[in-house]
Amino acid sequence: MPLDSDAVRRIALLARIAVTDAEVAALHGELNGILGLVEQMQGVDTAGVVPMAHAFDMHAPLRPDVVTETDRRADFQAGAPAVEDGLYLVPRVIE
Amino acid sequence: MDWEIVIGLETHAQLSTQSKMFSGASIAFGAPPNAQACAVDLALPGVLPVPNRAAVERAIRFGLAVGARINRRSVFARKNYFYPDLPKGYQISQYELPIIEGGVLEIPVADGTRLIPLTRAHLEEDAGKSLHEDFHGATGIDLNRAGTPLLEIVSEPELRSADEAVAYARTLHALVRWIDICDGNMQEGSFRCDANVSVRPRGETRLGTRCEIKNLNSFRFLDLAIRHEAARQIELIESGGRVVQETRLYDPDRDETRSMRSKEDAQDYRYFPDPDLPPLWVDEDWMSEVAAAMPELPAACRTRYTGAWGLSVYDAATLTQSRELSTYFEQVMDALGPAAQAKLAANWITGEFAAALNRDGVEVASARIAAPALAGLLQRIIDGTISGKIAKEVFDALWTEGAATPDAADRIIEARGLRQISDSSELEAIIDAIVQANPAQAAEVRAGKEKAFNYFVGQAMKATRGKGNPATINAILHARLMA
Amino acid sequence: MSALHSMSLVETARALAAREVSSVELVGALLGRISALNPSLNAFITVDPETSLRQAAAADQRIARGEAGPLTGVPVAHKDIFMARGWRTTCASRMLAGFVAPYDAQVIERFDAAGAVNMGKLNMDEFAMGSSSESSFFGPVRNPWDLERVPGGSSGGSAAAVAAALVPAATATDTGGSIRQPASLCGVSGLKPTYGLVSRYGMIAYASSLDQAGPIARTAEDLAVLTNLMAGHDPRDATSVARPAEDYRRDLEQGLAGLTIGLPRAYFAEGMSADVRAGVEAAIDTLRRLGARTVEVDLPRMELALPAYYVIAPAEASSNLSRYDGVRYGHRAADYTDLADMYSRTRAEGFGPEVRRRILIGAFVLSHGYYDAYYLQAQRVRRLVAQDFKDAFAHCDLIVGPTSPTVAFPLGAHAADPLQMYLSDIYTIAPNLAGLPAMSIPCGIGAHDLPIGLQLVGNYFAEARMLGVAAAFQRETDWHRRMPAAATA
Repeated sequence: MPLDSDAVRRIALLARIAVTDAEVAALHGELNGILGLVEQMQGVDTAGVVPMAHAFDMHAPLRPDVVTETDRRADFQAGAPAVEDGLYLVPRVIE
Repeated sequence: MDWEIVIGLETHAQLSTQSKMFSGASIAFGAPPNAQACAVDLALPGVLPVPNRAAVERAIRFGLAVGARINRRSVFARKNYFYPDLPKGYQISQYELPIIEGGVLEIPVADGTRLIPLTRAHLEEDAGKSLHEDFHGATGIDLNRAGTPLLEIVSEPELRSADEAVAYARTLHALVRWIDICDGNMQEGSFRCDANVSVRPRGETRLGTRCEIKNLNSFRFLDLAIRHEAARQIELIESGGRVVQETRLYDPDRDETRSMRSKEDAQDYRYFPDPDLPPLWVDEDWMSEVAAAMPELPAACRTRYTGAWGLSVYDAATLTQSRELSTYFEQVMDALGPAAQAKLAANWITGEFAAALNRDGVEVASARIAAPALAGLLQRIIDGTISGKIAKEVFDALWTEGAATPDAADRIIEARGLRQISDSSELEAIIDAIVQANPAQAAEVRAGKEKAFNYFVGQAMKATRGKGNPATINAILHARLMA
Repeated sequence: MSALHSMSLVETARALAAREVSSVELVGALLGRISALNPSLNAFITVDPETSLRQAAAADQRIARGEAGPLTGVPVAHKDIFMARGWRTTCASRMLAGFVAPYDAQVIERFDAAGAVNMGKLNMDEFAMGSSSESSFFGPVRNPWDLERVPGGSSGGSAAAVAAALVPAATATDTGGSIRQPASLCGVSGLKPTYGLVSRYGMIAYASSLDQAGPIARTAEDLAVLTNLMAGHDPRDATSVARPAEDYRRDLEQGLAGLTIGLPRAYFAEGMSADVRAGVEAAIDTLRRLGARTVEVDLPRMELALPAYYVIAPAEASSNLSRYDGVRYGHRAADYTDLADMYSRTRAEGFGPEVRRRILIGAFVLSHGYYDAYYLQAQRVRRLVAQDFKDAFAHCDLIVGPTSPTVAFPLGAHAADPLQMYLSDIYTIAPNLAGLPAMSIPCGIGAHDLPIGLQLVGNYFAEARMLGVAAAFQRETDWHRRMPAAATA
């Protein structure tokens, strides 16, 4: 069981998802179930196998350095949760 | 105890492109909030990043300039963390395989130069800005800067003092401007440093626990922050405490560093290769193309200046502070011809010319005297038409009026009658009159008082309104008073 | 002319071109069906009759001017994962329940440019995570063959809408089987092209290195026409494949002579229900009768595909879904004490349980100390799985097997155990890991009179040949013509 309840809470904090104590208990079982399924591949010998991050080997295409975008702030902010003077508002960030 | 300070710098140079690292939005400074945050920069659902070729090219240029390895294949990775100025919840950066590895930067130090090894330089995107002014107790987020292309340049922890760190930062600053990859504007945040500082007893080879001081956006703050942080660590250890690895912020108002605990809170960046971006590939053809377009580098210029042109290390360093100044110097030298005049040209450019630029707060590009005009002026010093002192007057006139052509100095000299008087008979008549009018002083000179001799030189210069050839005046006075 | 709604896409296009029916008439009729049947099917999240009819009228004018293309005036509905400017685009999540897209996905641009009529946005599993379309914030989609059963997922709305003849075709996406499995469970045809063939620009990301868009329709010919429209290089997607355009209809008339079909031992070993096995084996016999040769092939690491997928997909998802933070758009919690609390509550409220589970798994497998054992190992296993296909394709042109181990299961069947749900993608996941094209076509009727699907997996960019094989099969059989009672009503 790679995940205990504290680990569930730590991961939930990392992922910024609020969890209640009851949810932690349920998630504990569910997540370990998924990890149990995943365990199957732990024993496979993959020495020397190059990890595959993309569906096939390709190179990033590069974009010419041209400004193509215009100001669409009004459109983009139409449905924003909180906006003032063109700024997105969030609860005060303390540094 | 004798402590050694160990510093490594991470420098973020904003790359001087038109558009962002992964989107076609402008990076121009000063737009209204969020007016330059496009769909990609805002991380709207469904958007995808496409890398900017010009940003990659600038990274290659840097790699070539510091003699680093330029990786044919490098990988974009996601650095995951939540912060309101980070729209995707991750920053696209390079982690395990950066585009640039190794390289060195030669920096001036008290007794010569030092080679500072670089760890790496990688491409990444900038975050937006949080504005903490009062929005009813809220923070305002401007994402115009989000996605701006950065090259993060990481040095090895080989710097040993605040002075060395500043010398490194200045040299790097000059270099990125020289190779035209960054405008170097520190007020606008185009060039900023994070300093990793630790201390250890001198002789110890293991590194001490380090603290990272973030976002130092002037050389002065870099200097002060390192001094304060090193002193804090030494005091802490000497009083029996231990340094805790953490991120700190330098507060210039209070002149101290303080902990940024908010950033430390359960940090685990979960780097992994960005699945939206296949590896970046730099082929041989592209590398050769970029290499062919590289300017001569400052180090090579310095070698040439101190070698064939016989300049001092100091003058060579000053003249290569910027490519513009160095180019200006070389244009003056081209017009003057023989390399033997390099010292004269260097003195004028690092002296009067630099002072005038400084006084008017302008760049070389907007100097009031163009290189051919300065060369024209220097030519008149060389051929004895005017003295160095008169040349300063001509320089000021040229600067005020604006001068572009080689004959500009001649026109001032003629118009104002500044041509030097070297004709002995004319000077003899003037000097004889002065000697006769000042018998007491003449007697003092004859009695061996040097001060009195200088009095006559001054009177002679006054009478000729500075145009008398000082050497001729000296010789005549010697003949009249000391023979 | 047969009933408007039961025509295939190609038949519909032909009727429009021949001016036998106007787009406005056709769209009006289908909107009527949608308003009658959607309350029970819940295949659509958003319908906007005014916009659809306006587009239809514009298409009719274009047809009248003689400027029509092959899809002008044809009604098509889109999975609610595609950004469509001016349309509410939700990804079936509370997080985006009120979000109106400010730009078009490349797929939407292409349908718009062709003059196709957007019939609305289709229901799905939330953020495409699921195999039953039950995880939608807007409620489960129901299978037109049996309203108490699931249509499969995540593109359940797309498959159900086509099966119920609400639209002749729909767009969909497939990360681990999300086109093929619902196509199979709803008795329609679906194609997941080679990774990178269709642009992901404007398609809301689940797992970027696996996600691929494709069409769902009734026939292989329809899929070929739709792929002609959807495929093509897009400079806005760095993983979009740059290759010359091809005509995916080119092999539709080609027979099966000379074709070698690989039958993976692993697919036929166990796990498949008896009715599905019977349907699939009968279909293979049909293919042999049509001239194909069959060989057994090995995909030795196939059982590792599912575990690798449940590391890679959640890892990418956990990062892709970090942007939903309540700052710039979408849901924001009403009550919170500070920034961290705003994030955590917003995301706990905005995401459903399956999405939250996958985000947490993803964050875990990427976290310090677990990355190598989970994420990196999964990426290595992914390469082994891809290598197995490469080896198999040295011996055959096409791999054939079941799409889903069972026919459609009852709603709520896997509510208590998410793991059981994951197993319904056991045959479909491996091609996504390898990036290979794969499709599902109806090949029989199994238990409870529910459709069975046959999966075809091709080599990279073999779509045209696969569609040719499917077309030959569909000329020989009529499984794809079977319609649920709901559709013929």
